[in-house]
Amino acid sequence: MQRHKAKRVEIIIEAALLSRLTDALQSADVSGYTVLPVKGGSGRSGPWTRDGQISRGSGMFAVICLIRPERLDGLLEVAFEVVEKHIGVVSITDTEILRSERF
Amino acid sequence: MADIFSLAAGNLISPIILSFVLGVAAALARSDLTIPEAVAKGMSIYLLFAIGFKGGIGVAAHGVDVKLVGTLVAAGVLSFGLPFIAFGLLGFMTKLTTLEKAAVAAHYGSISIVTFVAATSVLETQGLVAEGYMVAAAAVMEAPAILSALWIVATKGGGAYATKGLYREILLNGSIVLLVGSFLIGAITGQDGLNQIAPFIVAPFQGVLCLFLLDMGLVAGRGLRDSRGEVGGGAIAFGLLMPLVGSAFGLMAALAIGLSPGGAALFMTLSASASYIAVPAAMRVALPEAKPSIYLTLSLGVTFPFNLTVGIPLYTAISTTLAGG
Repeated sequence: MQRHKAKRVEIIIEAALLSRLTDALQSADVSGYTVLPVKGGSGRSGPWTRDGQISRGSGMFAVICLIRPERLDGLLEVAFEVVEKHIGVVSITDTEILRSERF
Repeated sequence: MADIFSLAAGNLISPIILSFVLGVAAALARSDLTIPEAVAKGMSIYLLFAIGFKGGIGVAAHGVDVKLVGTLVAAGVLSFGLPFIAFGLLGFMTKLTTLEKAAVAAHYGSISIVTFVAATSVLETQGLVAEGYMVAAAAVMEAPAILSALWIVATKGGGAYATKGLYREILLNGSIVLLVGSFLIGAITGQDGLNQIAPFIVAPFQGVLCLFLLDMGLVAGRGLRDSRGEVGGGAIAFGLLMPLVGSAFGLMAALAIGLSPGGAALFMTLSASASYIAVPAAMRVALPEAKPSIYLTLSLGVTFPFNLTVGIPLYTAISTTLAGG
């Protein structure tokens, strides 16, 4: 089965910023991404958990994009404008995908 | 004065307060007791719908009068104005940065709907009836404080990231839409509507409130446990003083409008409470450099427990004395 090189971008972002990030991705023609809830964690601001929370003011989401390598810079540019000032993590890993026509 | 303390002591021995205390104790003891996020959100939706609907029923039963307009105007003015007082007090009492003071101030101009729900429950157990439109006053008070905080930051030369999208999110945040929407449904359908869904929104209300306050206790306890060192003594003192200052303004407004003792108690509670649903989300977008651990700890870990245990019975006793109950 043929495999193709790709980049996997994972952005852990504050819940309050999620719609801004997904809007920015759409504006950069990144139509494919997956949003996952993050249950908890710890960072420079200390430990946190989503348990019992009812406000979007606390809590994080993970947004995962699989993208062709040549489109990476465009994605990072728009994403960074949203996440620059905020709590979160942006990571990029090399990966491989099947069915490259879908990306 | 003895009556006030007697009422406060009686309020402490109630299922809703003790549920909150249980949550705080469990979190501080590092118990693995948790309420899943989805369950907490479900309960908050239930409580907002029930309280909004019952407020609408009150308006349907008693009609709209000139006090309604006065109450809503006063609610807006208080929400706009209280952040400036809070910002000034924080300047005297803490060494927080301008951004942090503005973010905290926004929380204290806005309201805690759960504190409002708890106060409503206390009034019901004491047989006090409040004007149904106090629910609408709560909705009005959610957002203006955010604008005041952004204005403070702008005038102090700080960096706020307010966008058109932010204002839409503030005005259409889920709790405001649900509260106002259920209020209108209650006002339109009246007693007939209540009869249809009373087994759902009346009988289980106190039990759901107990579980929800257990969750609030867990969240508050975790916040207190994890934020040691972030919030100083001056800020904690502010978190205890500001509700009294806010409630005094709320009382003056209630007396000027001529609200009933129950309505005055709720207006004092609204003015005394601090947001931890709508405002934290707005502050994360608009003032990202302000540390959330400071304003969340003050709002949920200091002021919310104070209002629940001491504030609400105090405001109720004062309002029944001064508003003619």
